[in-house]
Amino acid sequence: MNNESLKSSVWVAQLIFIQRSIRHSIRNTDAMIMAIALPILLMLLFTYVFGGAIDPSGNYVTYVVPGTILLCAGFGSSSVAVDVAQDMTNGIIDRFRTMSVRSLDVINGHVVASVLRNLLATTLVIGVALLIGFRTEASFLQWLGAIGIITLFIFTFTWLFAAIGMMASGPSAAGGYGFVLLFLPYLSSAFVPTNTMPGWLRGIADHQPITPITETIRSLLNDSPLHTNGWWSLGWCGGLLLVAFVLSAWSFQRKSGRR
Amino acid sequence: MHLTRYAIDVHGLSKSFNGTRVLKQIDFSVSSGSIFALLGPNGAGKTTIIHILSTLLNADAGSVFIDGHDVSASKEEVKQLISLTGQYAAVDELLTAQENLIMMGRLFGLKAVVAKQRALTLLQQFDLVDAAHKTVRTFSGGMRRRLDLAVSIIVKKPILFLDEPTTGLDTVSRRALWAMICALKAQGTTIFLTTQYLEEADQLADHIAFISNGRIVAQGTADELKAQINQDIIELRNEHNEMLQEIPTDGTIQQLKQRIDELIDHVPAQTRIRIRRPSMDDVFLSVTDRRKEEINHEQ
Repeated sequence: MNNESLKSSVWVAQLIFIQRSIRHSIRNTDAMIMAIALPILLMLLFTYVFGGAIDPSGNYVTYVVPGTILLCAGFGSSSVAVDVAQDMTNGIIDRFRTMSVRSLDVINGHVVASVLRNLLATTLVIGVALLIGFRTEASFLQWLGAIGIITLFIFTFTWLFAAIGMMASGPSAAGGYGFVLLFLPYLSSAFVPTNTMPGWLRGIADHQPITPITETIRSLLNDSPLHTNGWWSLGWCGGLLLVAFVLSAWSFQRKSGRR
Repeated sequence: MHLTRYAIDVHGLSKSFNGTRVLKQIDFSVSSGSIFALLGPNGAGKTTIIHILSTLLNADAGSVFIDGHDVSASKEEVKQLISLTGQYAAVDELLTAQENLIMMGRLFGLKAVVAKQRALTLLQQFDLVDAAHKTVRTFSGGMRRRLDLAVSIIVKKPILFLDEPTTGLDTVSRRALWAMICALKAQGTTIFLTTQYLEEADQLADHIAFISNGRIVAQGTADELKAQINQDIIELRNEHNEMLQEIPTDGTIQQLKQRIDELIDHVPAQTRIRIRRPSMDDVFLSVTDRRKEEINHEQ
């Protein structure tokens, strides 16, 4: 009876969970449509409705695209909070735990699927941006750098949302807490330069992760000076990833003890 | 290592949450290849026990041996021996029945081809062939539970934990699930299940333990438990066969005659009378009443 007592290898388990989460993404059509349509609508809104007032020269689209990409990526990764919270609250995680499956693999599956999903959405957003007049003279290497930093941003924010999903009491709470992070791009240089803001707000806007990341993408795509923004971006992402890992591990320990 | 090889052997198990004692000195053992039912109301501590036995939760005190392995010391060995079906059908809503089965099979370490074959067999066995390629979110409660059970035996484990396997199901689905659980026992699996339905424990289990407020208040086979409350019951029904009264007796001819003599002047002449053995409900009520009295005495 005992001869079937096997265990899947770590890599097989990891691939199975990535496949599971990708299937979730594809079948969760509502979330998928929202994740792609909303950023595009926002970009059209900013370019055509607000753009004329913000920059009458008509070049606002060039300014706003990096910020829109981040807004899109942030929004797209936020659904991970709900996915993770759902796994944590329905019985499936208990079953996985009695199967020698590492919970980290389950979360990793969601994270990888989210990065892939968001890169797809980002590609579409850039496509639409080019259609409505976004122009760039970025070299191949600059493009590569921009894509790299966008991917790192998606990865970081996905992990943050995953941590929120682990800590929240349930899927709807996770959705609520996640919303706070989505507000960050508006309080940054994503849509207007921070020097147009009142002093106190500018202090906040200049010292939060979205501003240096936006500026880094902007410098790479618009070929403007990078200053120290690149380093700040890497630092922010590294720090936030660390926070997300620690929070996930901590809340997992806490939850596994009391269920 | 334990000498008596019970599939499950529990001694003095206790657990508190935030200062509230939810399990108090629980003792029981489950013979290999039998069905053991832990019967009790919501909040009695059934799920906590299942979580401790299945390595999800650590006990505060007491010992738990699964097939001779100490759960607190050898979690990984224990995990190889058990399979858990949680209280809510723990299947993936967005995957199809077949994908769920294959995924779990692969996670248990089956090769892709073997997992698929096994999935197809189980879909047939659990009457889910038509639903094989539908996502689980479209399933009825009964289908979900059947898939849940199928998933938990995709790789045969010697010991199966079922936490309220039929809660919320209609009678037909419940009976179908009972038949499947009995079939698993026939193949040699030890089954530990929790339930709040007396009938379920009566029908399925070789051994039953009543749990109430974190304490086991009675245990034994169904017949032993029924014999334990040494009483027969007089049922009075009117001419429409509606129940009027149930009167316990100690089963002696003397008391039976006395009760009937008392009744004869107080009930209509057409009243029907029947004397029956106690049911599980009677046992349960008597045990919980006795328990309440004990608690009152303690205070």
